[in-house]
Amino acid sequence: MIKAILIFNNHGKPRLIRFYQYFAEDMQQQIIRETFHLVSKRDDNVCNFLEGGSLIGGSDYKLIYRHYATLYFVFCVDSSESELGILDLIQVSTIYIFMTVFVETLDKCFENVCELDLIFHMDKVHYILQEVVMGGMVLETNMNEIVAQVELQNRMEKSEGGLSAAPARAVSAVKNMNLPEIPRNINIGDINIKVPNLSPF
Amino acid sequence: MKEIMVRAIYCEMLGYEASFSYIHAIKLAQQGSVLEKRVGYLAVSLFLHESHDLLLLLVNTVLKDLQSTNLIEVCMALTVVSQIFPKDMIPAVLPLVEDKLTHSKEIIRRKAVLALYKFYLIAPNQVQHIHDKFRKALCDKDPGVMTASLHIYLKLIKESPESYKDLTDSFVTILKQVVGGKLPVDFNYHSVPAPWLQMQLLRILALLGKEDQRTSEMMYEVLDESLRRAEINHNITYAILYECLKTIYTIHPKSELLEKAAKCIGKFVLSPKINLKYLGLKALTYVVQQDPNLALQHQMTIIECLDHSDPIIKRETLELLYRITNGQNVSVIVEKMLDFLRLSKDEYTTIDLVGKVAELAEKYPFPYNSWFIQTMNAIFSIGGDVMQPDIPNNFLRLLAEGFDSDEEDRQLRLLAVDSYLSLLECDTSGLPQRFLQVISWVLGEFSFLKEGLEPADVVERLGKLLDDDAITTETRCWVLAAMSKLCGSSDALCKAEKVAHKYTSCLDTALRQQAVELELLGRDVDLRTRVLPQHGFCVWLQVDSSLSFLDGFVSDALARGAAPYKPPHQRQEELSQEKILNFEPYGLSLPVSLSACSLTDRQSPTALSLSSSLSNLLKLEGVKRVWGKQGYLPEKQATEEALAQEPSSIFAPSHQQACSESQQTTFSTIVEQDQEKRQLASSLFVGLGSQNLGKPEASSSQRFRRKVRPEDPSDVNRSLAVSSSFSHSSSALDVLLDNAIPDPTNLSDSTSEAVPAVGNTEVVEASEVSSLSGGSGPLAQPSSQVERGLESDLPSRLPATLVGLLRSDVEELCSGESLSLSACKVFDADALVLAIFLSNISDSSIQEVSCLISSEQLKVPEMCSTFSVLSFYLNVVVSLYRLVMEAPGTQAIVRGSVSCASQATQSFSLTLSLVDFIRPLPLTTEEYGKMWLSFSHDVKQNLMLLKHEEEDQLEAALTALKEKLCLHIVDVIGAEGIMACQLVSGRPCLLHCHTHGGMLAIWLRSPIADLPDCLLYHCQKAIQER
Repeated sequence: MIKAILIFNNHGKPRLIRFYQYFAEDMQQQIIRETFHLVSKRDDNVCNFLEGGSLIGGSDYKLIYRHYATLYFVFCVDSSESELGILDLIQVSTIYIFMTVFVETLDKCFENVCELDLIFHMDKVHYILQEVVMGGMVLETNMNEIVAQVELQNRMEKSEGGLSAAPARAVSAVKNMNLPEIPRNINIGDINIKVPNLSPF
Repeated sequence: MKEIMVRAIYCEMLGYEASFSYIHAIKLAQQGSVLEKRVGYLAVSLFLHESHDLLLLLVNTVLKDLQSTNLIEVCMALTVVSQIFPKDMIPAVLPLVEDKLTHSKEIIRRKAVLALYKFYLIAPNQVQHIHDKFRKALCDKDPGVMTASLHIYLKLIKESPESYKDLTDSFVTILKQVVGGKLPVDFNYHSVPAPWLQMQLLRILALLGKEDQRTSEMMYEVLDESLRRAEINHNITYAILYECLKTIYTIHPKSELLEKAAKCIGKFVLSPKINLKYLGLKALTYVVQQDPNLALQHQMTIIECLDHSDPIIKRETLELLYRITNGQNVSVIVEKMLDFLRLSKDEYTTIDLVGKVAELAEKYPFPYNSWFIQTMNAIFSIGGDVMQPDIPNNFLRLLAEGFDSDEEDRQLRLLAVDSYLSLLECDTSGLPQRFLQVISWVLGEFSFLKEGLEPADVVERLGKLLDDDAITTETRCWVLAAMSKLCGSSDALCKAEKVAHKYTSCLDTALRQQAVELELLGRDVDLRTRVLPQHGFCVWLQVDSSLSFLDGFVSDALARGAAPYKPPHQRQEELSQEKILNFEPYGLSLPVSLSACSLTDRQSPTALSLSSSLSNLLKLEGVKRVWGKQGYLPEKQATEEALAQEPSSIFAPSHQQACSESQQTTFSTIVEQDQEKRQLASSLFVGLGSQNLGKPEASSSQRFRRKVRPEDPSDVNRSLAVSSSFSHSSSALDVLLDNAIPDPTNLSDSTSEAVPAVGNTEVVEASEVSSLSGGSGPLAQPSSQVERGLESDLPSRLPATLVGLLRSDVEELCSGESLSLSACKVFDADALVLAIFLSNISDSSIQEVSCLISSEQLKVPEMCSTFSVLSFYLNVVVSLYRLVMEAPGTQAIVRGSVSCASQATQSFSLTLSLVDFIRPLPLTTEEYGKMWLSFSHDVKQNLMLLKHEEEDQLEAALTALKEKLCLHIVDVIGAEGIMACQLVSGRPCLLHCHTHGGMLAIWLRSPIADLPDCLLYHCQKAIQER
């Protein structure tokens, strides 16, 4: 079972975390710190697996990580998961993630990943992870279904903020802008009306 | 709102508290549009945990969304259910989720399966009735749904592989189809069909085929196929290969497959890719116990890995070496491990590896005593204060108890004293506290062995330790204790007293006590020689574990009107009834008051459960020391015999070989590197090729080192029988038998005293004569008409104390050529007594029959009952086990094995239901009312009553429950009935039932968490079966 997915940058700043087992807030931060400490010390030419660390589940605990540009993708798993399987899963999910992030280009080249994309599309990344890893279980899903999910998501997004909804939004925006002004106008009008009424007085 | 929620998630991720936004997340999930709902659900699943209070507010939303016609909403609801859901609310959504299993959309079905998996994880008993639906999911036409159901099956099979053997065929077929590329192309990853699915299936097959030849045979073909298919050079195929290898080595072996698998391991190990190399080493570690030759094949690679730049690879290599250690290569391997330890800074690795080195050093202390001492010194100084505390403890015990020859003991101790004295001369400031403690203990105990060493000298050196500010008070205590042992001469005494005087006014109580003790002992020479006899370090003290010397004190106190002792949990319950805060310190008073509780209320189940829980503690402390002289002698004799039998010529030369080779390695630095490696290899792998020779030597050496000491004083009989397995001369056996046979009378006396307290096994020898005379005991439930004369006769073999009790029918467990095993459950008030009858069904006599049972769920007395001989046909022995269920579960499996001299081991397993451990609890309605309020864990459920035509449904249901589950009906008030029962460990559970419109609403409450759950399951079954 996958216990946690951690994504952080070269400086240990978390960019996305997802725990499949409950840990208190401060414990989570400690896990991130310790994991970063373990992972960042390692060169790029050593193996992608790490064992040990006493935080999650003691000895029955492995870290499997990949390092892309400025980001570390770390999966914390227990001994029942296959190391190489997870390693490829990381690759798959990064592809998915960047498919969702760079919607238009479907940019599979994630060597020039920008951290900011992760930050700004955090919710979307979570949805995709939900489909690939459900409740800590790796699910073999077919590629098309994930792509369909991504597209559905985009369609929904568009239907709210895209072209089809644009006129309606414009109307409501105008309405909202007008609402507070209308009474003020009237008041001013009243005063304006009253003033001339008063002036002859 | 949506954006704000995402920002709140971001804040939480960075570690800032954003609990104010939790309620808004729930609100968003409740009221937002679809997109907002999605963010709301996501936020909830990230923020909250299963037992969070706010989660209850979400239940209604989830229910609404599950019923929605919008697919996306249903999807979201199922996702959140499979991520977090409160345990108590599962019954509310369960029917809805079950409905979704038949939904037309596969994604919904898949998520429903996963939600059920989640339910199974958190409350297995509530989904037990839908197991057949899992089967349907497994046969789903969509591969995604099938994959999801595999997770459930992996879990189920891990728990009980036996019950799912019939599915092996289906799994094999599925794997065949997947490997054969029958799945849609969408599932391909790098042109490998559904790799993660394959891995999952392989894992399941490994679990199913473990130690089961028939099942394994079904999967050979498909495994072969998988191995063959996985030839493309890509990571994911290697992942499948690795999983395949593990399966092949787990299931019943087939030489052809093993050969192929060994080739594959070669592929891993020789790969230039570092990840694959790592996995190859892991696979080797896994495999090497079965086939040490594989390590030999790859020895050069392993040596290269030892010098690899990656510490993870290095550690994995050491792990592998640890597995192949034998008496001949141990010094080289330990040297390598210590080298690594000196460089490593990771705390976790240090702890782990230090433990391993210590284990190796203790297991093979062979080469020379000085090596052992040096290694242990290195361990202590490297491991420091992070290592497991039992390492120094074991080391000290080893020194104290010694080996078999006194001369060797003396030498070892002398060596230790020497090395520590020289250590103390150097700078001690860098040494870890634990090491200092060990040093002071050893010097205190054994420094007299060294001739010409003045105790005063030692005291002075120890005194220097105390001057260091860095050492802890605990260490100071150890040092003072050592000093008080050394005060033999007046010179030393005077020095020690000077030091001690400084600490008599110390603030730390332990230290102060030690110092004052030292002073007092110094003044009174007689007392000192009595308390600390000089050579008395390994004389076993007689410890009265029942603390009977306090009986008088307790009865006096009781007579003076003191309150009788109550065990802590009873007091806590009372406290919680009175709604008073309860404070901690009850734990300390536990051992002292044991005798009080056995005096005052021996009959009450709480006291019994207390004493049984205490027995562990007692066993550890005092009991082992009772082992007297006369028991020890035959033991020693036996080991000597065995030593003599061991052809000593086998290991003596191989020793020298190992030494000389390791010496060669050290001297050959000038020779070129390759040569050096080869030699290292030869010294590392020495003894592996001829493992037939190495292995038994290793195991026997281990057996000699630890003197077997029986767990319990009342079991002299048993230990004698054990030792008879060592001696082969028939005359010795006769003597032992003579000792053993007259025993039963006084043995049963002593054990019946001990049984309630210690939870021991009674061993009753039922000879043919006694079975003839005792065959007509009054039985409560005469066993049903059994055709075979043997079985109908069996219950009469039960000891007289159990004859009047309710018991189950005798069922046959297994039978071999000469031994037949049957079991019978006797429902005693405070335990379930499992009687195992071993009967000889052959014509010849069977010797040294031993029976061993174990269970994961139950507390089983850890012992093996051994009977020396079953001499003739139909001779029966009974072995009794008192079982107590500590943690409630719906059922418990007891596994056991019987072995005897002439025959292979027979193993059996027996499933016990929770019902076997349930006893009625007689209560009045008022008591019931009080208890009901004080219990915290409850479960409610509605059960369908099948028979509508019945007049009084409640009455009928209650009677059914009473009969099936042994409940006590407390009262029936109108349409409501209340019942009570208890688990044999003394913990109650209360039931409240009432009927309305063909439904029976059951409400259970108990002070322990899982009991209501499990009992509910049995109620359900009882009502259904009615």
